[in-house]
Amino acid sequence: MSLRILVGCKRVIDYAVKIRVKPDKSGVITEGVKHSMNPFDEIAIEEAVRMKEKKIAKEIVAFSCGPTQCQETLRTALAMGADRGIHVEVSGPEYETLQPLHISKMLAKLAKDEQIDLIIVGKQAIDDDCNQTAQMTAALLDWPQATSASKIEAKDGSLQVVREIDGGLETIKVKLPSVVSADLRLNEPRYATLPNIMKAKKKPIKKLAPKDLGVDVSPRIQVVTVEEPPVRQAGAKVENVDAVIEKLKALGHA
Amino acid sequence: MGSMAQSSGFWLMKFAKFQQARNASILTSLPETHELLRKTCRDFAEGELKPNASRFDKEHLYPKDQILKMGEIGLMGIVVPETLGGAGLDYLAYAVAMEEISRGCASAGVIMSAHNSLYLGPILKHGNDQQKRDWIQPFVNGDKIGCFALSEPGNGSDAGAASTTAVASSDGGWKLNGTKAWITNGYESEATVVFATTDKSLKHKGISAFVVPKPTPGLSLGKKEDKLGIRGSSTCNLIFEDCSIPKENMLGKPGYGFKIAMGTLDGGRVGIAAQALGIGQAALDCAVDYASKRKAFGQSITKLQSIQNKIADMALQLESARLLTWRAAVLQDEGKIFIKEAAMAKLAASEAATFISHQAIQILGGMGYVSDMPAERHYRDARITEIYEGTSEIQRLVIAGNVLKEYGV
Repeated sequence: MSLRILVGCKRVIDYAVKIRVKPDKSGVITEGVKHSMNPFDEIAIEEAVRMKEKKIAKEIVAFSCGPTQCQETLRTALAMGADRGIHVEVSGPEYETLQPLHISKMLAKLAKDEQIDLIIVGKQAIDDDCNQTAQMTAALLDWPQATSASKIEAKDGSLQVVREIDGGLETIKVKLPSVVSADLRLNEPRYATLPNIMKAKKKPIKKLAPKDLGVDVSPRIQVVTVEEPPVRQAGAKVENVDAVIEKLKALGHA
Repeated sequence: MGSMAQSSGFWLMKFAKFQQARNASILTSLPETHELLRKTCRDFAEGELKPNASRFDKEHLYPKDQILKMGEIGLMGIVVPETLGGAGLDYLAYAVAMEEISRGCASAGVIMSAHNSLYLGPILKHGNDQQKRDWIQPFVNGDKIGCFALSEPGNGSDAGAASTTAVASSDGGWKLNGTKAWITNGYESEATVVFATTDKSLKHKGISAFVVPKPTPGLSLGKKEDKLGIRGSSTCNLIFEDCSIPKENMLGKPGYGFKIAMGTLDGGRVGIAAQALGIGQAALDCAVDYASKRKAFGQSITKLQSIQNKIADMALQLESARLLTWRAAVLQDEGKIFIKEAAMAKLAASEAATFISHQAIQILGGMGYVSDMPAERHYRDARITEIYEGTSEIQRLVIAGNVLKEYGV
């Protein structure tokens, strides 16, 4: 097999940052805040690189949609082993209201234009937690999908994927081309080595506008308000289980 | 003919402007490659070093697995050319990497620094092709490390008074006798660069440099020193008793040992300055994190002026030292003389590290004094940076000497 893999890499606020809501409640503060690649997308890139090392894949294309700084996210993907990058530039208010559906349309168009055999994305982004992009992309392309993957094995033109589902683990077989979304236990992403960081400098990043892919990024939603979660209230202690049930009943929870 | 001369001048000017732009911009941000490098080192330090640093310190443990992983990333041969298996990066990259690694664990930092600057450094600069193949190529993966043996029980700063001797043998080789002290990586290293007197009458011009494999008959190790800090790194004496080495093992020309040692230490200063920056940064991180959560007199202590004054002073010293360190590294990359700048960087960074870690304990109060928080470890780790690779007193002599020379007085 020599697959061409397209990997989606979203630039998100770093997981370790303490999120703060803007005073006007229109969103969260992103200015001057540390951003990184969505951790699930790092896992997706790592899986693609491992498939290339096993000679199952021949080329890895990294994709990111957003402002200019997405180039940094793509450079990280290149330093991990992707061959080239595609940056679709969207910024300002249109970026604030970008939805999985917009991204899915871009991925679907790129899959056709670049003759992609496999799309791997993180199962969800840690900022919006949508868990929709893989599913929508597969539907737009009419390709099979294998979401929340914790193990991927390539076998003669199809993939055997172990999925993490509510009840446990489900193993399915999907024909290629297909869309897979990466779950936490799929792999442990590598540290970019110094030689690869040096090589990444020479790898190309193509810049496109949404209209080049025929995608309209005008907003489909309007953010009404963004608020912090309520402050955690103090708990209460009771003597025994019966008292717990009494208390729950009194508060209308049982 | 005339137009060719003009165009080459034109390109020279363009290049000079590019260099100027690159260097001026160091003041505000790092080049992209260095940012990527910083990220990989920071992620590694957070994931592999920080969670284990306390254990390495308490149990006096060499971080073997972590050094191997650092080797895989390319950190155990950062400026070694790719033809010899290294990463082929520059000294600015070395400084950035050293700071991030040391921020996670100061012991891992010194192991990396001693290996890169003090062992690989002199062999890279003064070794012949065979020596580079034998002593550099197998030593860039993190599985084999080296050390540097200059100091003796009787002389540290006074390096010219080396009493370890190398007497010529009948087969053209050398026999070494003497004791070297305070050797970082003494236990784990599989080779050492050692300085010995080949001709006592020439005083410091009679010292030569050698590479000695470990283990080797006639070379034994003293006890592992029980140090205040950087306890994950082994420090011991190297004892030479009629230790025979072949003639191919002399590094550089006879009598050039002192010059090689001083040049090596100049280069090592940027690495140690960066290590001190990492320790200082870790201490500052710890102090600010604690202060943001601690309340006194009804508010977070970050609102108190006393605490704010300390944080300002700590951050100022750190940032100043960092700029000096990066400048010395860039001068080194440009092949310019950087002796004064390296001494300034090492002095500033080491004094910043001890100041910051001292204030960090103060900000944490009682919590700074117990091992539950890393502040006490940073305080202990920082202290050595003012001593090794040239004491603060020696750095002042170097700086003063160069400044006076500049004034022509």
